[in-house]
Amino acid sequence: MYDAGKIIIGLIIFLAFATFPFYSNMGKAVAKPDPKLNTPVIQQMKVKQCVESKKFMRAKHMQLLINWRNAALRRGERLYKGSDGRITEISLQNQCLRCHSNKRNFCDECHNYVAVNPYCWDCHFYAPKEANNEH
Amino acid sequence: MSISRRDFLKIAGISSLGIGFSATDLLWKNAEAVEYMTSPKGLKAKRWAMVVDVRKFKTEGDYKRVIDICNRIHNVPDFGNTKDEVKWIWTDTFEHVFPFQQNKYLPETVQEKPFVLLCNHCDNPPCVRVCPTQATFKMKDGIVAQDYHRCIGCRFCMAACPFGARSFNWRDPRPFIKHVNPDFPTRTKGVVEKCNFCVERLEKGLRPACVEVSNGGLIFGDLADPGSEVRKILSTHYSLRRKAELGTRPSVFYIIGGDEDA
Repeated sequence: MYDAGKIIIGLIIFLAFATFPFYSNMGKAVAKPDPKLNTPVIQQMKVKQCVESKKFMRAKHMQLLINWRNAALRRGERLYKGSDGRITEISLQNQCLRCHSNKRNFCDECHNYVAVNPYCWDCHFYAPKEANNEH
Repeated sequence: MSISRRDFLKIAGISSLGIGFSATDLLWKNAEAVEYMTSPKGLKAKRWAMVVDVRKFKTEGDYKRVIDICNRIHNVPDFGNTKDEVKWIWTDTFEHVFPFQQNKYLPETVQEKPFVLLCNHCDNPPCVRVCPTQATFKMKDGIVAQDYHRCIGCRFCMAACPFGARSFNWRDPRPFIKHVNPDFPTRTKGVVEKCNFCVERLEKGLRPACVEVSNGGLIFGDLADPGSEVRKILSTHYSLRRKAELGTRPSVFYIIGGDEDA
């Protein structure tokens, strides 16, 4: 092999850079997301249950929200009958965010953990009071 | 123990079938056992329409009332300049509103009077035809609605609309909303917006906000129902539609009235 020394040094430098994220984070545990359900509206509820089961909401709330959006905006169907038969008004702002008014301690917990940045709140207010104080 | 080639292929085939079936099973389980319904309280129509009775708009306050209520409940921003202006309901003069009906011998009251303008919710909407993402669409009740989630801000609809009913958000509108209505979303930078015929109120059983505060100046109803208020007034009064000759079939009608009514 010609220039073995240079190539091997180059490979070592490359590997050092490529594996940097792994060894720099080794041993450090990233805090597990811990979405809080302690908003005043949720605390007043007798049955603390979202429109679907916790498992479903955790895995599929984005699909549910897309289905809600299409039903409400495109077909004008603003009532949702969940799998347990309960009927809910479809509205992100006036239903979901009424209970989950703690964006920082609820939505952001997992979104930050998995490094996604949904832009729901560019238009939908997450807490009416904050919305008014903002300006 | 050795396995023959033939047996191996048999087992492999059956296992792959098994894997396939377990996957379809997953698909079935994931299908939601749910239903979407329209609200029984909601107002229903085949073809919503509005009549603007221009004779009822006499003072500046008559215009201000209908414009202010709309801006307030829909979080329409006020940027303070006409270049960035976002319009849902606004006014203009006869010459600009009805350019083909203009003649210089019209009564002065008509020439100088402001006319209330809003999206015409056309029956043949050019904005819907040109939208590349189907962000704007016609609903079953005739309302030309817009899904801001889907709008990519190309502004084809603004070019296509002959009425200037659509506005683009050049800047983040939030800091320019004076009184925030927390029950209605705002829009964001980079989307086009317009009047939505108060679709969110219709679904709660309420008439559009501008109609409610207009003291009879704006009449709202179902064009497909011969007994409706709009049909009654249209059958007894001569009315104009904006640029009807373009074939968009606007659903907003104007009753101009003579000098004696103006």
